[in-house]
Amino acid sequence: MTQTSPLTSTQTGVLVLLRLLIGWHFLYEGVIKLYSPGWTAKGYLLSATYMESFFHWLASESMISTIDTLNIAALLFVGAALILGFKTQLASLIGVGLLLLYYFAHPPFPGYPLGPAEGSYWIINKNLIEAAALLVVFLFPTSVSFGLERFFAKRSLSSQTH
Amino acid sequence: MATDKKLFAAFSRRDLLKSLAGVPILGAVWAAGIDTTKKSKLEKDFWLEKLNIKASAPPASGPMSGNSLRIGLIGFGIRGEQLMRALGFATQEWMESMAKSAQEDPKDKRLEDFLAQENLNVKLTAICDIFDVRAEKALRSFHTEANPCKRYTSYLDLIHSGEVDAVIIATPDHWHAPMAQAAIEAGVHAYIEKPMTHTIEETYRLREAVRNHPGSILAVGHQHRQTLSFLTAQDAIAKNTLGHISLVVTNTNRNDDNGAWQYEIHPEASPETIDWNAFLGAAPQVPFNAEHFFRWRKWWAYGSGLSGDLLTHDYDRVNCVLKMGIPKYVTASGGIYTHRDGRNVPDVMQVNMDFPDFSTGSSQEDGKEKGMTLVYSATLGNQFDRGTVLMGHDASMELGNILTIYADPRSTKYKDLIKEGRIDPQVPIYQYDPTAEGVDAVTSATAKYFANKGLLWTYRDGKRVDSTFLHIREWLSCIRNGGNPSCGIDEGFEEAITAHMAGLSYKTGRKIEWDPVAERIISLPGEDLDAILLENLVI
Repeated sequence: MTQTSPLTSTQTGVLVLLRLLIGWHFLYEGVIKLYSPGWTAKGYLLSATYMESFFHWLASESMISTIDTLNIAALLFVGAALILGFKTQLASLIGVGLLLLYYFAHPPFPGYPLGPAEGSYWIINKNLIEAAALLVVFLFPTSVSFGLERFFAKRSLSSQTH
Repeated sequence: MATDKKLFAAFSRRDLLKSLAGVPILGAVWAAGIDTTKKSKLEKDFWLEKLNIKASAPPASGPMSGNSLRIGLIGFGIRGEQLMRALGFATQEWMESMAKSAQEDPKDKRLEDFLAQENLNVKLTAICDIFDVRAEKALRSFHTEANPCKRYTSYLDLIHSGEVDAVIIATPDHWHAPMAQAAIEAGVHAYIEKPMTHTIEETYRLREAVRNHPGSILAVGHQHRQTLSFLTAQDAIAKNTLGHISLVVTNTNRNDDNGAWQYEIHPEASPETIDWNAFLGAAPQVPFNAEHFFRWRKWWAYGSGLSGDLLTHDYDRVNCVLKMGIPKYVTASGGIYTHRDGRNVPDVMQVNMDFPDFSTGSSQEDGKEKGMTLVYSATLGNQFDRGTVLMGHDASMELGNILTIYADPRSTKYKDLIKEGRIDPQVPIYQYDPTAEGVDAVTSATAKYFANKGLLWTYRDGKRVDSTFLHIREWLSCIRNGGNPSCGIDEGFEEAITAHMAGLSYKTGRKIEWDPVAERIISLPGEDLDAILLENLVI
């Protein structure tokens, strides 16, 4: 991604912080699920209030264990990638996908039942905001400034110089 | 090598830090996650070990192999149709309407569940219904060349036809006992809907008949006994998790026409299509009345209102867990407050059943606690779900498909743990959810939310199963493989006597007392109790 106007180091720092916070959130969710053997998304999917047939299909006997494994793997990958600063653009897109799935299973649309939630939401909830924040992470990659990709960037930079 | 040197030359300590700073963050978050799950597992294990409740399902009934059992059905009404489906026989009309319903709503799994139901290896050989339309409807769907099903206009002819090994009785209450007794005495097994009997006298007579014919298996249709959580509940009680239970509250709340027994009156009902005298039997002789025929639950002459129809379910659910037997005293009140439509059974009814000598155990000094009241409370004018709660000195148990136990803030047993903050009385200390893979000792609000949404059913091996199917299967297994049904004559006797005591108390406004040694109702000496119970005046 080419930057037309370079960011100040503070701006980059805040973007890195955003990336780390979201990564932290994803990773912790993934780890908790990974080490809770009885965990399953079945209840969440079966109680979907929107696009029910799709979510019920995901929750069906033949699908649910694959869905659970994929969900955990995706959470761990997105979390680790955002924190480490490696493949962050791919991770951001996967993260947006996951969040949109969570969002559409229980969307806070007017007239739709609100599931267990710690706050009050109308159309917009934290899943959607986190997805939007991930789009920012996608559009403003920072892993060259802070992250494993700095290794590779420096290497190609030094190769070019060489 | 040269490139590497260049690389490292261009790569400062600062770069290294900026490249790898994510690694310790990742490690910290990962470790925190492991720590959290470990702590919650330790807490869960602590509780499971401390409470030591064995989560178990009722034992599976035996194989359905061998010769097909020949079944006769008496009464193909609303319940009769349901029982036939549990047995594996659905009418074409039902199949078509369910297929349509499933097409419109993919969530509707009734047809799918029915088709997936295990084959019980039975033949429906005979049917008796005194309303031509229903009998013909049954024959249209169930009679085939390969499996002939014959209609009988008299239940006695059906029982003595030699064509049936067992009968299922789904008739109005006043026919339950006479039909079951005739079957048992003829060596034919019987599955009988609740309440087991309509009068006190026939309760003793039926018990006598079953005792004299041990080869005939009688099961009473309290399918709640198959609920997966009940054995677990029994174990929780046996381990004295709740302490002394002094009060059990249970209820029926309904608020629609169907719930108030306002069933549809068939347009073809007439003295020509219904054998009216066969319906009346020993009931008061009245001219043909289609409403009486279809809505018989509304009159004491044929039904028994809330006490016989619905209290029996709740009483038996609790009796299944606590085995407290027949109450020493029963007092009831209520009236016809929500459906003043000519019925004479109450539509609002409260029944207090007292067991002064009963105890489930105690955590306090000897002799302090003894005695329990079971309160059944019902209205047909509101359907707020109040659940069934067993209330002990140390904890309360919500008894349903899901079992939830909350410690009591003033418990003796859990006093120290509450003080240490390890127990929050607002959070369950134990929850058994048959649909979850494991037992959840410390549950979340979310789990409760999903459970309350009604997503969870009675399950077997993770599969949703109709409890009526399991109950009928258990009866068939006892016939084939031996053993006693979970709701047999003794449980049925307790259920019926309790219901009749409630009916008597409602009718007389008196406290009704049971003598457990003489096995007699000793209130109202010298009076004809059954005449009081059956009194059919319209108020």
